[in-house]
Amino acid sequence: MNPAIRDKYTVVIGLEVHAQLSTRSKIFNSDSSLFGSAPNHNVDVISLGHPGTLPKLNKRVVEFAIRMGLACKCDITRLTIFDRKNYFYPDLPKGYQLTQDRAPICKGGFIAIKTKDGERNIPLNRIHMEEDAGKSIHDDHESDSLIDLNRAGTPLIEIVTEPALRSSEEAGAVLSEIRKIVRYLEICDGNMEEGSLRCDANVSIMPKDSTLFGKKVEIKNMNSIKNVQRAIDSEVERQIREVEKGNAIISETRTFDAVTGKTAGMRTKEELNDYRYFPDPDLSPVRISDEWLAAITAQMPPLPNELFEKFISQYHIPDYDAGVLTEAKDVAMYFRSTCEHTKHFKAVSNWVMGPVKSYLNEFGVTADEFPVPPAKLAELIELVEAGQVSYTIAAQRLFPELFKNPNKSALEVARQLNLLQDSNQESLQPIIDEVIKEFPLKVEEFKKGKKGIIAMFMGEVMKRSKGKADPKIANELLTKKLKSL
Amino acid sequence: MKIDRAHLDKIAHLARLEFDEKDAEKMMQDMTAIVDWVEKLKEVNTDGVEPLTTMSYETNMFREDEVKDHLSHERALLNAPKKDNDYFRVPKVIE
Repeated sequence: MNPAIRDKYTVVIGLEVHAQLSTRSKIFNSDSSLFGSAPNHNVDVISLGHPGTLPKLNKRVVEFAIRMGLACKCDITRLTIFDRKNYFYPDLPKGYQLTQDRAPICKGGFIAIKTKDGERNIPLNRIHMEEDAGKSIHDDHESDSLIDLNRAGTPLIEIVTEPALRSSEEAGAVLSEIRKIVRYLEICDGNMEEGSLRCDANVSIMPKDSTLFGKKVEIKNMNSIKNVQRAIDSEVERQIREVEKGNAIISETRTFDAVTGKTAGMRTKEELNDYRYFPDPDLSPVRISDEWLAAITAQMPPLPNELFEKFISQYHIPDYDAGVLTEAKDVAMYFRSTCEHTKHFKAVSNWVMGPVKSYLNEFGVTADEFPVPPAKLAELIELVEAGQVSYTIAAQRLFPELFKNPNKSALEVARQLNLLQDSNQESLQPIIDEVIKEFPLKVEEFKKGKKGIIAMFMGEVMKRSKGKADPKIANELLTKKLKSL
Repeated sequence: MKIDRAHLDKIAHLARLEFDEKDAEKMMQDMTAIVDWVEKLKEVNTDGVEPLTTMSYETNMFREDEVKDHLSHERALLNAPKKDNDYFRVPKVIE
């Protein structure tokens, strides 16, 4: 699209992010909320909405929602209730969804994001608790729709931003920040492909000088952060093209097709949305006391933003490193623990971002399961920093050996494998003399001013010491010897 | 408040109910009477009164997060008008 035309409009985006809470049981009954069970196996009379059954709230759902609220600096509503959202759809057995309308558990707050334009706090409207619906399967080869109610009653929190985002880049940043936070809080696995984290985007455009929002279009069905961004970009372009042609934008729900990269209007039989919310009479109100809130606050883990700041101020590592290390909590915690055992923080950062993360990726494990405990990695780093083991030898030979020798210290393993560097002048000098004697022609070249030739001598010294010569000392001795000739 | 034909049709659609044409007039009258009767409550001064959301004084009726035995798959599907071995079957909802 012509950037001049694109520039005539301001883009307005709001996100509704649903996070499936990783509780053991459902929100209002004791069915398992495990993903991936055979269809219609985790269903009892409450999930199925049988007449006369009564819901009872899972306490952990409230605690998880409060954790998210605290992480986003929301106001926690002290007396919160559930409402019924009424609509008919086959995967909603009761004919209403239990959700929160008038008194959501969290209000306000924000998500802090970083984009190429800098840092910005995206204000939240609310976070509320609700139950998920079941799953409808519409197969072209089937004359019926198939209904699986395993998911019905799975606990969700819905995080609703204000319409404050101005680009797909910001939308992507908000979503990845939310995913990072729910994972740190251990309240949701954040998996978008499996649908445990879902995002709908409300998109509208308005002329640059306008303050009046355009008609908003809701886009659904995006199963990755990248697809959320693609969907928004394509929807924005569609709306601009329509408006430029003089057509009005219709408020509607559109679905994103990842194959074509375009949004399309949804043709469902439910055309009239009037949810007639009212307080649910079956559930009692939830009162959040000071004591309860304090107990939840006390159990809050460190958050990615806090750790990012701390890593920079306390360990003086670059922004880039801090960003990589705080991407996941297990890695951040491993880094922090290792830094408690050594002062070489930048070296720790390099080791964790390099060999440690490669191991984690290769074996698909978390840093909590990593076989080398932080103290031992710190010891290895100390050996390298003290010049007792070269970095190359440490990374290629000593590091893998540590996995196999959980009961030995890094120094013991290094000794056992004879990997300690030789910084002893008395043992290095004979090797240096030997090398110089063997290459008289090269010595002549050095004397004629070809200083670069020293690299060749170093190579020989390293080879003959089997890689154990301390390069710094060897270089000094070698230079001294050559200059004396 | 007068319930007119548009109201009646909307309410019928939302409730997925059909009605006999010849009852329409009677239903509009009845519903108007009901709404008028409830509107009487608006005469009470409720300044400074929090909306009532529950009839009970109970709060914080929680369950612990525990999985318990539930219905078997076979019994869950037992009363379904249409089903197969795995799923409830319903008329197709998407074209």
